[in-house]
Amino acid sequence: MLSRRAFIKSTALLGCSAAAHPLLSTIAFAEAPGENRLVVIILRGAMDGMDAFQPYGDPNLRKLRRKLSLGPDQGALDLDGFFALHPDMAGLMPLWQAGELAFAPAVSTPYRDKRSHFDGQDMLEAGTGTDLNLIQQRDGWLNRLLQNMPGVQSETAYSVGLEDMKILDGPAPAKSWAPQTRFRLGAQGQRLLQHVWHDDPLFRAAGEQAIEIVSSGVGTVKEEGGPTRDARALARFSADRLNGATRIATFSISGWDSHANQGRVIGRAMNRLSDAILTLRDGLGKNWQRTTVLAMTEFGRTVRENGSGGTDHGTGGAMLMAGGALRGRRAYGGWPGLAEQDLYADRDLMPLRDIRAYAAWALHDLFAVSRDVLEQSVFPQLDMGDNPRFLA
Amino acid sequence: MVGYSEISAIRLGYGLGPGITAPASAAELIAEIAASAPDSRSISMEQIEALRLEYVDIVRKTRESGGADRSAIQAARKKSTLMARVADQTRLARAVGGGVGFGERLVQFWADHFTVTGGSNAFNAAMASALVEEAIRPHLTGSFADMMYAAETHPRMLTYLNQVRSFGPHSVAARKRPDKNLGLNENLAREMIELHSLGVDADYTQKDVRQLAKLLTGLTYNFRDQRRFRPTMAEPGPETVLGHSYGVSRWGSIRDVRAVIEDLARHPATANHIARKLAVHFVADDPPQNLVERLAVIFRETEGNLSALYDELARAPELTGHFRAKVRQPFDFVVAALRAVGVGHDEIMALPPQQLIARVIRPMTAMGQKWQMPRGPDGWPEAAEAWATPQGLAARIDWSTRQLPKLVGPLPDPRKMLQDCLADTASEPLAWAVPKAETALEGLGVVLGSADFNRR
Repeated sequence: MLSRRAFIKSTALLGCSAAAHPLLSTIAFAEAPGENRLVVIILRGAMDGMDAFQPYGDPNLRKLRRKLSLGPDQGALDLDGFFALHPDMAGLMPLWQAGELAFAPAVSTPYRDKRSHFDGQDMLEAGTGTDLNLIQQRDGWLNRLLQNMPGVQSETAYSVGLEDMKILDGPAPAKSWAPQTRFRLGAQGQRLLQHVWHDDPLFRAAGEQAIEIVSSGVGTVKEEGGPTRDARALARFSADRLNGATRIATFSISGWDSHANQGRVIGRAMNRLSDAILTLRDGLGKNWQRTTVLAMTEFGRTVRENGSGGTDHGTGGAMLMAGGALRGRRAYGGWPGLAEQDLYADRDLMPLRDIRAYAAWALHDLFAVSRDVLEQSVFPQLDMGDNPRFLA
Repeated sequence: MVGYSEISAIRLGYGLGPGITAPASAAELIAEIAASAPDSRSISMEQIEALRLEYVDIVRKTRESGGADRSAIQAARKKSTLMARVADQTRLARAVGGGVGFGERLVQFWADHFTVTGGSNAFNAAMASALVEEAIRPHLTGSFADMMYAAETHPRMLTYLNQVRSFGPHSVAARKRPDKNLGLNENLAREMIELHSLGVDADYTQKDVRQLAKLLTGLTYNFRDQRRFRPTMAEPGPETVLGHSYGVSRWGSIRDVRAVIEDLARHPATANHIARKLAVHFVADDPPQNLVERLAVIFRETEGNLSALYDELARAPELTGHFRAKVRQPFDFVVAALRAVGVGHDEIMALPPQQLIARVIRPMTAMGQKWQMPRGPDGWPEAAEAWATPQGLAARIDWSTRQLPKLVGPLPDPRKMLQDCLADTASEPLAWAVPKAETALEGLGVVLGSADFNRR
């Protein structure tokens, strides 16, 4: 970090070329910690896991849902004779066949009962899952992971997109950028701005990072048009970074809050999710074999269809895993059943396992983070239980 | 030392600019709010419905005539798009020109509190604007209960939160068509409690949400039908929400909806929730507890008199103590930047709508605030960290140097502009840097990219 004095001195050298300025030089991609890669996709709005992975083998499903989750009879793709994949994620079938797709059908954070999206997401991203006041849960679990990984530098983790990803908030260095951002300013203007940002830590960090990213030529990505373009752009940018020094990337895909017309609402979101995953696979090339994708949502939805062809906020939901690093083509963690006595609060799917346990085991196996660190620092008070061994 | 005129313009209004005189006292500032009442510029549901009926009629006629000539449909579609855009333009113009804009800031605050989105078509976009004109502006200085009732029963709220498709499971309509599986939709009930009144930390349960959802059945909207309440959709019998019983009439009634909203609006938890939100929005992300408590007491004592809240807020010493604690959201930033370079109400209204979209509305997406499209009913985030991101800041500077110059005549001298928009509040580094810019454009980028300008 430049001292204030040196900074003023450098900004005073008004004639010097941009390249000579230390903050404008190309960023050095330092040694990255290992070759494994993790992508966390937050699905905002509470994906209906029972519609994404339809448990058509459960005899009670037909009693609860009349228009939704109709299984292979209505175009869903059979996975294992019990679950079927929603037709709007059909693009992922080759991954399933190749053992690069899996899911845990009944998981949740410890959040219960109020079923607020916003608290649910905060808890999912904070990874704490305690009764702690949410305002106090400032750091995200990916950031706490970084704090416990040796060799971490700012290129190690990226949050991608226009949204603030709380999952990566915290003191450990990480970058954020949106692939659609354009930014042009002369060298002199940049230097003057660095001077005026200097005394404001928030603007200084954001501004210098923006200049650094743009000067490194990382700037924008081009992605063909179409309804899933934004999601593909996020994935393309993430893949580009992951092919370099970045090892962890996170972004979100919203549009899962399906209180009515669920088929139409989440169909579009599913297209975006599956195209994002396929873009990651294509963009990562051979690195896909070292990659794990976790798609997580804040909670599940009611097991019963509501009166408007949708579902309301529930508890247990599904987590999707993808990647070449996966031991895929299977459902992890069992199925709680849909009989009346098996439901949570007479309305929701009963979660069988804490979603954080899957995330924790992924971090354990991908980055060799010890169980102690995971259960105490990254996910405080979590009992990881047995290793589900979903990585190959 | 920051004077009251800077406090009123920068913290409570949309910022300073050439020719803008800021109030020197809270009383003057409060008097300005009256200018944000609805007027002849306001879009109404009546206009929207008339155009929609016309559109549906054209579509029907085209279909009947074989559907070969689609030009009439295209023309009608253009007309509705134009209507939605003029509404956006009016909203922006009112923020850009007209006093320091405390009233318009309050309009924005309440519009965000009662968030709806523009949705996927021009009619929904126009309806989102109509909610602001018909539910927010008329009640801006009145009682919270009146504003809440107007917002919750507004057509756009009812369509956005799926209330139009919520049927009482034992309603006449549901029993008549058992094959349709008609039933409750909890969405509006949940957000009414969680976001619009008590707040998620308050003491309520899923059962209260469910009971409220039942009580709300019957409340609906259809553009062909003026009735907001259809008893055939309503769940019969009483419902208990937060310990109070409602719905004594056999088939439900709009009076029960009114009664439950009155009670939610006057609930002590609502006072705390609104007080905190106001303090967060206008003073600091982590607001001074003392101010929150004062506002909450006023809310309770006046049963939600909004003018009394604004009065306390406008006089709060915390406004000075926490100067620049907040980061301007992209809409605030864009408006403040336009004011800083001397663009006013009439210049905004004179822009061809497609230019307004290309040069002002669309660029806000890259700054992280897609117009009328917050990601959920909780509206836009408040935290500085959510806005001062590398990508967000880059987008602000990019807009300042690529789009803003196309909206003004000759670029102002950056040194004069600095004085015009920040008066004596500019920091020493900024005052040092601006005269060193090589071009006026770069100087503009330095002013508008600075933390001084982006904070309030």
